[in-house]
Amino acid sequence: MFGYVSRRVLSAIPIALIAVTACFFILRLAPGGPFDGERALPPVTLANLRAHYNLDLPLIQQYFLYVGRLLQGDFGPSMVYNDFTVAQMLWIGLPFTLMLGFSAFIIGTIVGLVAGALSAVNQNKLPDYILVMLVMVGLVVPNFLMAAVLQLVFGVYLDWFPAGGWQNGSIAHLVLPVTVLVLPHAGRTARLMRGSMIEVLGTNYIRTAKAKGLGQRLILARHAIKPALLPVVSYLGPGLSYLLTGSLIVEQVFALPGIGKYFISAALNRDYGLVLGTTILYMFIILAVNLLVDIIYAWLDPKVRYH
Amino acid sequence: MAGLTGKDAVLTEYAKKLETLDAPKGRSLTQDATRRLVRNTAAVISIGVVIAIVLFAFVGPYFLPWTYDKIDWSGIRKPPNFEAGHFAGTDQNGRDMLARIMQGTQMSLIVAGVATLVSVIIGVVYGAIAGYFGGKVDAVMMRFVDIMYALPYILFVIILVVIFGRNPVLLFVGIGCLEWLTMARIVRGQTLSIKEREFVEAARASGASSWAIIFRHIVPNLTGPVVIYATLTVPEIILTESFLSYLGLGVQEPQTSLGTLISFGAPVAETLPWMLIGPAVVLVSLLLCLTYIGDGLRDALDPKDR
Repeated sequence: MFGYVSRRVLSAIPIALIAVTACFFILRLAPGGPFDGERALPPVTLANLRAHYNLDLPLIQQYFLYVGRLLQGDFGPSMVYNDFTVAQMLWIGLPFTLMLGFSAFIIGTIVGLVAGALSAVNQNKLPDYILVMLVMVGLVVPNFLMAAVLQLVFGVYLDWFPAGGWQNGSIAHLVLPVTVLVLPHAGRTARLMRGSMIEVLGTNYIRTAKAKGLGQRLILARHAIKPALLPVVSYLGPGLSYLLTGSLIVEQVFALPGIGKYFISAALNRDYGLVLGTTILYMFIILAVNLLVDIIYAWLDPKVRYH
Repeated sequence: MAGLTGKDAVLTEYAKKLETLDAPKGRSLTQDATRRLVRNTAAVISIGVVIAIVLFAFVGPYFLPWTYDKIDWSGIRKPPNFEAGHFAGTDQNGRDMLARIMQGTQMSLIVAGVATLVSVIIGVVYGAIAGYFGGKVDAVMMRFVDIMYALPYILFVIILVVIFGRNPVLLFVGIGCLEWLTMARIVRGQTLSIKEREFVEAARASGASSWAIIFRHIVPNLTGPVVIYATLTVPEIILTESFLSYLGLGVQEPQTSLGTLISFGAPVAETLPWMLIGPAVVLVSLLLCLTYIGDGLRDALDPKDR
């Protein structure tokens, strides 16, 4: 198990490096720069600015400079919000994005697993139909539309929860954003869980368990749940990436102070440092979670470990 | 000459029936699949709705008194008004909402079509090559897919769109280039099993080149899973496109797409509800029906659970 884990950790390093490189160069291929404003800057000022941010060096040299600093945890300066370094801006937003993302991730996964299992156990009965309908709603309503509808219904008409903003933390401000993120995640998880659970319930070893007289609960708890979890666990990695993408929208719609809030405007302003920093941070979160998922997978399915 | 069991008599009779085309006919796999699909009510209704939406988007504009970019100065921010010909109201600029919804649906459908095609082509070629050659080639190629899976690809799309400007063609290709991963995995898995079959061996024995085997013998046999997964990709792509449009990175004014319409409608939904309801209903029903069709096709073509 230790060997497996260390191999996975090692293989994540080149992935991270490739992604950082790709991101850096794609961004630099773009026409335009961070200092293109409505009003053209005097050439001397522009030259000085470019020199200050090392933009006048050859691209390859800039790249090594950037990676070198990155390894020391320095994301460089933001070129548009020049009172802050990128690390400072991300550091302010990170706890919030993590809290939002992980609470949605945990709630969504649990809700999805329970719903999927219930649905499979009651296959083609009323509870199954109702759950499948709800899952469909979660799957097909895009998160920005769901956000608008929830804001309107629960924030404006019913006035149960605040429709946006974040005044240093009441849970009420989190209810709607988390719900928007939970629904699609729970939907996808439930769909997978239902499918794999139905498949597992049709296998011979479940029939054997029934034949030797085990009760329904015991069969589910001891024999059915663990193998049914496998496809769901392998979805959790991509699932988290969906969630983080969703958090980009949710942070914008609900005006929340996460790391996704500035991403779009930073990309439009060619704020190289901030765009790269945000992408890299998202990527590291996703890589870390994928690693965790792989390890859980190996624990659930011993075949994987020796592969 | 009837044998002991009377088998010959039965066979002779059957042969006679065959001559007069009176015998029960065999059913091909395609016919089987079609029957299963037709029996699936949800899928059939969904196909009807999708056809209706396509007609609505592409034929509908010819029956409207207003075009999507025409400004009606006497009707700005007006609720539906049948006398003026604004069947779904007007937006803040006095443009007819119904015409805009039709144009937006058109745009979303075109993006979905082109991007799906791009993703299918890349995914099938990539997956078939990885699966057929196997070994190191396979390991490297699939490792790359794993890497792409782990990346927050929507951020890359955003960066790409921002960089190369809001060019619709780029939008199609960009989304297509990023949605092929699952297709490649599925195709590779299928190829791995198909390449062990006898007909591939026969082709190899008769001296066909690797490329001929891949594209003449293996790829045609992948039709089932590819069709299923392509149908499931369409709603994903429509979602991605509407997501980008919602962020203001999609097509440019005065053209529009469903995501753009929703992004304009959402902030004013309290006072001008018709600006949100129309595009939202079209988008959600389109996505819902496409998902049902995908599920229906999967059940029909891949009857594993039966």
